[in-house]
Amino acid sequence: MLTINNLVKVYPTGKEALSGVDLTVSEPQVVAIIGSSGAGKSTLIRCINRLVEPTSGSIVLDDTDVTALSRRGLRRARRRMGMIFQEYNLVERLTVMENVLSGRLGYVGFWRAYLRNYPPEDIAAAFELLERVGIAGYEDTRADALSGGQRQRVGIARALMQRPDLLLVDEPTASLDPKTSRQIMRLLCELAHERGTPALVNIHDVALARTYADRIVGLHDGKVAFDGPADALNHEVLTDIYGEEDWSTTLADAEDGAGKPDRRLHDEVEHEAAAG
Amino acid sequence: MTVDEHARRHPEVWRRFSPRQTLVRYAWYLGIVFVAVWSVSNLDIPWFYFLDAHTQAGDLITRMIPPDWAYFDEILDPLLETIHIATLGTAITFFLAFPVAILAARNISPNAMTWFVARFILVASRSVNTVVWALLFVAIFGPGPVAGIWAVAARSIGFVGKLTAEAIEEIDEGTVEAIEATGASRLQVLMIGVIPQVLPVIYGTMIYRWDINIRESTVLGFVGAGGIGIQLYASINQFAWREVAVILLAVFGVVIVSEFVSAIIRQRIN
Repeated sequence: MLTINNLVKVYPTGKEALSGVDLTVSEPQVVAIIGSSGAGKSTLIRCINRLVEPTSGSIVLDDTDVTALSRRGLRRARRRMGMIFQEYNLVERLTVMENVLSGRLGYVGFWRAYLRNYPPEDIAAAFELLERVGIAGYEDTRADALSGGQRQRVGIARALMQRPDLLLVDEPTASLDPKTSRQIMRLLCELAHERGTPALVNIHDVALARTYADRIVGLHDGKVAFDGPADALNHEVLTDIYGEEDWSTTLADAEDGAGKPDRRLHDEVEHEAAAG
Repeated sequence: MTVDEHARRHPEVWRRFSPRQTLVRYAWYLGIVFVAVWSVSNLDIPWFYFLDAHTQAGDLITRMIPPDWAYFDEILDPLLETIHIATLGTAITFFLAFPVAILAARNISPNAMTWFVARFILVASRSVNTVVWALLFVAIFGPGPVAGIWAVAARSIGFVGKLTAEAIEEIDEGTVEAIEATGASRLQVLMIGVIPQVLPVIYGTMIYRWDINIRESTVLGFVGAGGIGIQLYASINQFAWREVAVILLAVFGVVIVSEFVSAIIRQRIN
């Protein structure tokens, strides 16, 4: 599905954010990318849809080498990658519906978008998604009137409107309180599994990553320092990724919820399927 | 820690500026005073006229009272024409300033050349006073309100365009990034990601400029570009001060109303 080979990014300032990252995602799974600030998490995610231009290396999504695309080709490739942001990045002065439908911009022409005249199937899909992410009835509310958690739900709906083959998620919970963070993370992982869409999730919160992700990739100094299942995280691995620290509480936090969330996830998926 | 050592590490004296910084500051003050004195001494002001300025001013006011209210009927049409000139000129500005502003915003402009051309248009528009623009357009269109309308538009493009371009440069780039990430085209990013963010500024600036334009339109008649300025100019030349008083009061009234209207509208926008 996604193969990243020897990806390097050097910023004009001379800072080498990524120094040869290799990463393959070959099944629909939630991959949490952890690492300290400046380890290159954000750069990695942004290189994949080329919001940040990679310096060298290749990124292959299915059969397309994203790094070699022209402007036009890049726009087509971006339609297949939904992105979710830490600061939600909604158009604050537009309504929830306008924001969600903006996920279809790659498919509609200028005038249809200008007149907000989207195809009926897009509108139906938008209403369905609003319900699924838990903000049904908010379609005519302006984005700046929503709470952080609600905004992120809109952000998720916008990304899923693209019917993406890959979700790029940059710190989805860093601006949210702990409870909302868990709800958003759970929702994200449920949706990724439901739709069979692989997701790359940058996340600071190791316990959250461990609880909800299927696989964890640790970045250290622009390189992959760890790549393995969520429960393989231990004191040594965390020290490799972040440096020396007492990790016992971090590991214990995730331990409390380990095992259970997965089951709950499946229950809810089944429940949703039964209801729908 | 001894008492001495403690006192040394925690002194009682702290100054925000070093002596050198203080000196530089006073040098600036001195420089400003020097420039002011130099300007006044260079201007060759006839101080003699200042001696009876207050009696002249008092005299002028007595000659304006009472205003010739009957004259108001004659200026009603020119007054309306003044407002129309300002409104139409501002409306044209909306369509011309907008594309220029987009090209003049560093973060949106396609390349350095378009940016430079747009900035040039904005500076050129603002460097020429509305009355001077009116002189040029009277030469092109002949005397009348059409010249006035274009004069107002020509001057306003720079004002509205500059403020809009600055607003565009300060938008939240994250939103633009998000819209780009959906695979939207450049025009779509502009329309969905950029414009909604600056619309309040555009509306506010347009209303404010309309308000300014009403005031500026009142003197366009001095150079034959329509509006109430024609009557004002004629009355002043004939020393018909009671008519001048009526015109000034009427203009004052219109400006008050336009300011009131613009304040209400700007309050509603957000």
